[in-house]
Amino acid sequence: MQVPARFDYEVAASVEEAIRLLERHGPEARLLAGGHSLIPMMKLRLAFPETLIDIHELDGELRYIREEDGALEIGALARHQDVLDSEVVRERYPILWDAETMIADPLVRNMGTVGGSLAHGDPAEDLPAAFMALGCEVVARGPGGERTIPIDELQTGPFETVLDPAEIIVGARILRAPQGSAYTKVKRRTGDYASAAIGVALNISDGEIRDAGIGMCAVGGQTLRARGAEEILEGQRPNMELYKRAGERAAEESEPSEDARGPVEYKRDLVKVLVVRALEKAVERAGGGA
Amino acid sequence: METDSRHTMGDRMLRKEDGRFIRGKGNYVDDVRLPSMLHSAILRSPFAHARINNIDTSAALELEGVHAVITGEDLAAQGLAWMPTLAGDTQAVLATDKVRFQGQEVAFVVADDKYVAQDALELIDVDYEPLEVIVDSRKALEEGAPIIRDDKEGKEDNRIFSWDAGDKEATQRAFERAEVTVSQDMFYPRCHPAPMETCGAVADYDVSTGKMTLHMTSQAPHAHRTLFAMVSGLPEHQIRIISPDIGGGFGNKVPIYPGYVCAAVASLILGQPVKWMESRSDNLMSTSFARDYHMTGEIAATSDGEILGVRSTILADHGAFDAHAQPGEQYPTGFFPIFTSCYDVPAAYAAATGVYSNKAPGGIAYRCSFRVTEAIYLMERTMDVLADELEMDPVELRRKNFVKKEQMPYVSVMGWEYDGGDYDAGLDEALRIAGYEELLEEQKKAREEGRIMGIGFSTFTEIVGAGPGKKCHIAGIEMFDSAELRLHPTGKAILKLGVKSQGQGHETTFAQIVAGELGIPAENVEVREGDTDNTPFGLGTYASRSTPVCGAATAIVSRKVREKGKKIAAHMLEASAEDMEWTGERFQVKGSPDRGATMEEVSFAAYTNVPDGEEAGLEGVTYYDPPEMTYPFGAYICVVEIDRGTGQVEVKRFIAVDDCGVRINPMIVEGQMHGGLASGIGTALMEVIEFDEEGNHLNSSFMDYLMLTSMEAPSYELGEIVTPSTHHPLGARGVAESPTVGSPPAVVNAVVDALSPYGVRHLDMPLTPARVWAALRENGVDA
Ligand SMILES: Cc1cc2nc3c(=O)[nH]c(=O)nc-3n(C[C@H](O)[C@H](O)[C@H](O)COP(=O)(O)OP(=O)(O)OC[C@H]3O[C@@H](n4cnc5c(N)ncnc54)[C@H](O)[C@@H]3O)c2cc1C
Repeated sequence: MQVPARFDYEVAASVEEAIRLLERHGPEARLLAGGHSLIPMMKLRLAFPETLIDIHELDGELRYIREEDGALEIGALARHQDVLDSEVVRERYPILWDAETMIADPLVRNMGTVGGSLAHGDPAEDLPAAFMALGCEVVARGPGGERTIPIDELQTGPFETVLDPAEIIVGARILRAPQGSAYTKVKRRTGDYASAAIGVALNISDGEIRDAGIGMCAVGGQTLRARGAEEILEGQRPNMELYKRAGERAAEESEPSEDARGPVEYKRDLVKVLVVRALEKAVERAGGGA
Repeated sequence: METDSRHTMGDRMLRKEDGRFIRGKGNYVDDVRLPSMLHSAILRSPFAHARINNIDTSAALELEGVHAVITGEDLAAQGLAWMPTLAGDTQAVLATDKVRFQGQEVAFVVADDKYVAQDALELIDVDYEPLEVIVDSRKALEEGAPIIRDDKEGKEDNRIFSWDAGDKEATQRAFERAEVTVSQDMFYPRCHPAPMETCGAVADYDVSTGKMTLHMTSQAPHAHRTLFAMVSGLPEHQIRIISPDIGGGFGNKVPIYPGYVCAAVASLILGQPVKWMESRSDNLMSTSFARDYHMTGEIAATSDGEILGVRSTILADHGAFDAHAQPGEQYPTGFFPIFTSCYDVPAAYAAATGVYSNKAPGGIAYRCSFRVTEAIYLMERTMDVLADELEMDPVELRRKNFVKKEQMPYVSVMGWEYDGGDYDAGLDEALRIAGYEELLEEQKKAREEGRIMGIGFSTFTEIVGAGPGKKCHIAGIEMFDSAELRLHPTGKAILKLGVKSQGQGHETTFAQIVAGELGIPAENVEVREGDTDNTPFGLGTYASRSTPVCGAATAIVSRKVREKGKKIAAHMLEASAEDMEWTGERFQVKGSPDRGATMEEVSFAAYTNVPDGEEAGLEGVTYYDPPEMTYPFGAYICVVEIDRGTGQVEVKRFIAVDDCGVRINPMIVEGQMHGGLASGIGTALMEVIEFDEEGNHLNSSFMDYLMLTSMEAPSYELGEIVTPSTHHPLGARGVAESPTVGSPPAVVNAVVDALSPYGVRHLDMPLTPARVWAALRENGVDA
């Protein structure tokens, strides 16, 4: 068995207490949610938190998926499986459903949380890319109160976020359901992180694409947004030629690096292919338009 | 639970052992907890090749809870710094002079718990002086390459062996007169058996009796005990090896690893039990790998596809120490000489060079009988290259060259004597299940639609069940196996074996053999294995040898017991032994079906009413040395579709027809098939151990060492034909390795077939999306 280094352990009974414990134990303390990103890193001795503050008892406060005034609110402790099981998600946010079917395996999905996915800052994590396509807000609470962080501003680098050491993500909020959305991913095998993945969300009005959002996973030092590709789509009638142009633009905007999953050219090519496929599906879900 | 069911030979009986496994009641080495037991951890080298200038253990020793830190120098003082390998080389237990691969064992910490032990590792200060590294075996023999094994006196290069077999001249002549010749370079990558349970031991030295008990993840406990005795100098009867439940072996638990030795030494020094249990990374980085063969396959043939000769050249990478598994020094490439396989080849020749590299030692038989996997891959891949060259249907080419049923028992040009088989029938059955004609239609249609679909074949024979003892041995011990059977007064039996299950279902299968021979229910036969104090000496379970060798021993010992039972039955029935016959269920007086006795009744009499001149009791022991190996064979068909955008390969169908002779428990055979196919398809598509130029191991966790999951596996379509083994007492052969041997070439052949319209003739494993994508784009296929 791989064994982690020594750490202290606290259990928080409320979000407020979690924040107080984070303050008390300082910057080397970490929240423990599902543990499926943090614990593997501790066991491989890549992470050495001095204190773990377990927030698993905060389900009452933080485990929810609900619609409020047309917005979708997902609590930080909603499990991947909760997202997958949610009817609202399935019907109105299929991009999240798509993504969840491709995240890890049932064991991981039963434990891993939406808040953990966002806070970990892992560029290979799927939900941030899907949320980026949707344009969501991340709600965080700290000693100074609550604030809202646009998803585009959450990550600052690989495994780095704008969160203060004593801040806790309480949830994510998506203001409006897109008419069409989809998530596509290439992985070497079930349970593997993405070689590349693309999330797309869009509306169609008068037969033209509006508000296109494209999030890119695992093709850069952080989750990326393909703004140039989004611009290409804006106001255009959906067609294959257009998707390909958007794909090519997104590939240029991606910043992949070579690893065991493949060389840079491969990953750029995947971006091209996946953008096209995600667009096809999202447009189809939006009711065609072509 | 069924209580009154009576299962016997040939039944699809549910596995007796699964009751405890499903309930989590298995007892593995890591479940062994002894009073005052200590824990351990191994410090491993971060470098692939480096001189050790100094090891400072003082800070680690000061950590509270640390009992000992053992280094190579401590072992050297007892003559234990090096140990022999199964291949006749030496391997460092703990490094003294140099480290020779990343992950090599450098120091052994014993502590109150495994957390402290692990923390202490970080306090050991080793002064390394990095040296030039060899990771690519093709560079190992280059002029000026660093000498890895400078510990061996007079060693001036990295060569382990040069070997050849077959008739070089005759083969050369065949190539000269052939109308068509093909040659294909290929690499069988390094992969790992990766059993679910890693390796480990609890060493328990009893200071008062001098007895060393080792609870150990061993596929061959008896052989290991003998080796332990020879190396340590402890008397053999004072060593007891207990292999409790084992969570998968696949060849990984055949060698002796430094961790076992260190745990034993630590227990001797400290007089307390010491547990050593590998982490996943330890297992993937340091224990025996498999394959790592660069090969060239060549076939000479007539223009209508008749094979005239086959030649193969091998460059074998055995890592830093030659710890590969071989049934005797005469087999440095194991049973690779089986490469002419199921084909009637008139001339064949193989030559191999083995080299050291700065990678983990090994070259073990991962779910195959000693390099058969490599041999069959070479042959089946080269056959498809020939078919491509001849523009011939790969099915037709294979069929044309099969050894025919009438030629059995066939002696191959490489000298193997096949124990029966009907290769045409196997292929016919596979084609029937696949619906080959429709498949070809489907492929044509797919190609018209721009979809990339491929159909791949693999037809082969395995060679499993080592001995015979005169041909095969481990450290001189001939490869027989043993069974000891006792029936108790109420007719319940205990069967003790020299082999050791690691998940193969011995407790069920071997009980069924006894049931079939004695007419008692398999439910009433308890099977015991894996305790050297309480089972007969045997060579263990690997290379599909349990059923061929120990299964035969079980049948024969049952028959011995039955012979004695016959005398007792005659006495009971007041008839003469000659007048008794065995109906398959009971003894009966010839011509008087109303006068009979069951084995239960005979058992009772054996303890209550024995005839004069007979000893009481009903038991026997058999040591069985097989006259030859068994040759199970298969015909496999794989259907794949490739995503032209992403390079992902989907295995749509996998048809596997196997002949393992008579099936003792068809359900268990099918389970073994499923597991083996998953291993083989995984090898073809994703499993690989790679190193960067500095010798850093790149696949040291299951996030990086990818194995097939149920999501990638198709729903297997299995078929069977049965041609009984000509020499096995039950007509059975081994089976569990055929699928691992036969499936990789079927998958690769399917992928190459899919890409052949674009000019692809060969791709090396693993066929990862990135590799297939590169082949697509290089050959002008766009998304
Ligand atoms: C085998 C395996 C495969 C996986 N495959 C994928 C995959 O394909 N795609 C994918 O997206 N993910 C994958 N994951 C990751 C999985 O989805 C994680 O569970 C999830 O990403 C992190 O959630 P968690 O609750 O487990 O976080 P934890 O591990 O508990 O925490 C992760 C980090 O976030 C911090 N944190 C957690 N919650 C909060 C919060 N509310 N506020 C502030 N900080 C917080 C923690 O302190 C820690 O630093 C995989 C994991 C495993 C083990």
